[in-house]
Amino acid sequence: MRELLRRLGGATPATVRVIVLIALSVSMMLVDYRTQQLERLRNILQTLVYPIMFVSIIPREIIQELTGSMERSEDLQTNNESLRQENLLLRSRLKKLHSLEADNRRLKRLLGQSDQIAERVLLAELVEVSLEPYTQRISLNKGSRDDVYVGQPVINGDGVIGQVVHTSQFQSTVTLLTDPSSAVPVMVMRNGLRGVLFGTGVRNRLAMPYLTADADIRIGDLLITSGMGGRFPPGYPVATVTDVKQKPSDEFLTINTLPVTQLDHGREVLLIWPGVTRTQKDKPLQKLTDE
Amino acid sequence: MSSLWVLVSFLVALILSSVPLPDMAIIFRPEWLVLVLIYWCMAIPSRIGIFTGWLLGLVMDVMYGSLLGQNAMVLAIIAYLVNIFHLRIRVFPIWQQSFVVFLLAMVYLTLTAWVRGVAGEFPITWAYWIPALTSALVWPFIYIVLRDLRRQ
Repeated sequence: MRELLRRLGGATPATVRVIVLIALSVSMMLVDYRTQQLERLRNILQTLVYPIMFVSIIPREIIQELTGSMERSEDLQTNNESLRQENLLLRSRLKKLHSLEADNRRLKRLLGQSDQIAERVLLAELVEVSLEPYTQRISLNKGSRDDVYVGQPVINGDGVIGQVVHTSQFQSTVTLLTDPSSAVPVMVMRNGLRGVLFGTGVRNRLAMPYLTADADIRIGDLLITSGMGGRFPPGYPVATVTDVKQKPSDEFLTINTLPVTQLDHGREVLLIWPGVTRTQKDKPLQKLTDE
Repeated sequence: MSSLWVLVSFLVALILSSVPLPDMAIIFRPEWLVLVLIYWCMAIPSRIGIFTGWLLGLVMDVMYGSLLGQNAMVLAIIAYLVNIFHLRIRVFPIWQQSFVVFLLAMVYLTLTAWVRGVAGEFPITWAYWIPALTSALVWPFIYIVLRDLRRQ
């Protein structure tokens, strides 16, 4: 017996060590997969490795800087012109929206509802760090230092993009709508029919299962967030229906939809705090919307 | 002096594996960290081994935002395999080492795919396996560069 123990201890320390570490890793993965308990550890570690990620962005930044400065001034001029026109247009619409918002607020107050239209928002930029290949995730340059939290909705000018899954001090990771782990409660804007949109892992396709054959849904219907589940505030566009099929063998409809935003385009996104009204902290955006 | 180079080479490998590349190029990206880990596990097995692999994997998990423990487990296993066979791999001619590296990279990719499949997020394609090939191709360079650094 003693001989056996000695052999186990002396002859195979590497094997023992690797087994212990595998067991540790597996339990970590299980905890990480099932719960949020390792978020704090991840937050700290991510803050520690931030310098590495920072360095890895530099080459791309330099290239962008160089190509950017080579843009011809005529291009810039035409660009500027069109942007100015768009800005004018948007500003006039915003004015109208502003009065509508005030109207809406007043009416809601009349109805005794709480005022949740003006959510607090923050502009964040994509960090061009390539995450694990074949996942539908992006990183943003805002983290827990800016009050970003896990589960927070992320949108852009067109509609919902996804939600935050990890945060560190300076950065956060967002799963896009198309990630297989993503699910968003939505409703059909036309008639209020509710459902849930799931990511498929395929770019530009979301599935909407569990709707029975008699559900009133058509190709071209716009799906907006329903506010169920409390994570996404209601009313943001998510996707349009591209395909409704019923297989004879299946009780449910097979519905494919296309996200309204181009998930892999653009550099800026908005983080929103549902239920938190705008505060002094977000001056630039407040100025924009109050003008 | 040597331990400084070990640290620097691991840092460079981590940076290289998170440098943003166009989609086309990402498919071909060698598994830099696996390569560097294999080299040091083979060259100085008394100092770089399973635990180092595990730690580096953890750093990678954090950087990639993957499940905590995924890369840690896989890299610990890779380090273990090299640790067992390091005497044999050391005396192989370089092309034969490249083949071993190819096999190890395949092990890495297979285990990763397996974990990610269990976690339920994995549409696998043939392009997924290309890094094993490119890793084997860049191995001679890694080997020569790191060997020269070690002998300085």
